[in-house]
Amino acid sequence: MNSLFKHYRFLIMRRIVQVGVMLLYVGGNYWGWDFIIQGNLSSSLLLNTVPLSDPYAALQMFAAGAVITTNLIIGALIITVFYGLVGGRVFCSWVCPVNIITDAANYLREKVGFNEIQKKQPASRNLRYWILGLSLILSYILGVTAFEFISPISITHRAIIFGLGLGWAAMLIIFLFDLFILKNGWCGHLCPLGGFYSVAGKLSLIRVDHNEENCTNCMKCKVVCPESQVLFMVNKESIQVLDGECTNCGRCIEVCDDDALNFSIRKLAKEKK
Amino acid sequence: MVSERRKFILGTARATGLVALGGLVWSAYVDEVTANKLILRPPGAIKEEDFLATCIKCGMCVEACPFDTLVLAKPGSNKPLGTPYFEPRDIPCYMCPDIPCVPVCPTGALDEPSVTTNGELDINKSTMGVAIVDDKNCIAFWGIQCDACYRACPLLDEAIFLKYEKNERTGKHAFLMPVVNSDICTGCGLCERACVTKDPAIIVLPREVALGSVGDFYVKGWDKEDEKRLVNAKEIKTTTKLSEKSAMDSLNDVGDLY
Repeated sequence: MNSLFKHYRFLIMRRIVQVGVMLLYVGGNYWGWDFIIQGNLSSSLLLNTVPLSDPYAALQMFAAGAVITTNLIIGALIITVFYGLVGGRVFCSWVCPVNIITDAANYLREKVGFNEIQKKQPASRNLRYWILGLSLILSYILGVTAFEFISPISITHRAIIFGLGLGWAAMLIIFLFDLFILKNGWCGHLCPLGGFYSVAGKLSLIRVDHNEENCTNCMKCKVVCPESQVLFMVNKESIQVLDGECTNCGRCIEVCDDDALNFSIRKLAKEKK
Repeated sequence: MVSERRKFILGTARATGLVALGGLVWSAYVDEVTANKLILRPPGAIKEEDFLATCIKCGMCVEACPFDTLVLAKPGSNKPLGTPYFEPRDIPCYMCPDIPCVPVCPTGALDEPSVTTNGELDINKSTMGVAIVDDKNCIAFWGIQCDACYRACPLLDEAIFLKYEKNERTGKHAFLMPVVNSDICTGCGLCERACVTKDPAIIVLPREVALGSVGDFYVKGWDKEDEKRLVNAKEIKTTTKLSEKSAMDSLNDVGDLY
């Protein structure tokens, strides 16, 4: 039992945080908890005072030529600084509700053995940066926040907080896409918000650290990692995972039986040789 | 031998092609959903094209609305996804004096100054839409006394007033016909909600859909304010070159008419 918790401790905590955040928003909308938080992941007001805003949405608004309010800038800055410190894609693995869907697809894909059949993924993980760029160009040309009009992330959290509509279809499509078409397809290849946070978290303080001496090369970490390219150093070099695409989900840490991976504070360049 | 350079060029070309294809589908979809002009926005909403760029779709106006009037567009509703709107026949805007939906907007898509008079919020200044009467299907225009919309209007006798006219058919009754003053109507939709006909004979439409615009060429000579527009007006002289053809030609040469 203890080892079960040890092997899933971050996953359990992540699910608690993800569900908890959604619950607070739902409470803010339906049960009068708006003194805690109101709004949704696009923009919200914490404790009736602190504005929080999606910096990527703010960027699209800027590209679309909208007048940007001070509140929005403050909100976007708070979020950018926060994720800039704890790890950009901490949003993806600890907050974003789509993560639950894609993790479920990934779990099933592994269980059913699709990964055995489809060993090599036929798409580039850099697609998300192209989509990120494209979304800003389209926002500029069309004069609307282009990604916000199709974002399955927003569709999902709005569906949870404000009511479903046909939102379930978007969730189902992402699930099926990740299950049948592309491993880690949405979160690991396409999502421009993930791309944005990869860039925003490039210099984050919390990073996974690899200790090569302890590593037995069992590769459990690489199997479980949704962005396995960031673990290139495993069993090779004792360095930190500095790639912004690492989501700090902690899966690699909890599956490691040899204490070869752990969360750490980023080492400053001077300390390295 | 495949050189790295050729691989790189092909890779970039493929990515560019994919992005172009994606961009086409993406922009077509966005164009499609934003083309819907028949959508009523919350009070204080800025111009629709600016609104689409500025609204961050956080739903705080929806949460603030005590009557559940406002909803966020869901997938399948064929409206710009996630933006707030209302449908008056379901739930109209009850025009709260403190306008809770507007000050909460974090992006200014709902503009507080536009619904403020002398530093105080003034819902009567809002322009969500304008009510339009379908006089063929309004029973008051048939001569039946109704005045449901007139009574429902929060700006009673101002935004909707009754026009009296003799009913020549009966010879002894009067028509009490509702007429909307579009300068005052806020588009709250309480009239549309109250209308007794099967489908409402008075409906609220976005102002840019329902109202015309005169342009700068006409000046109300009887209106002192409007006439001031002429104070700095300059004379514009247009000279049209005289046709070199003779007048006879222009009368007889009718070939161009076909």
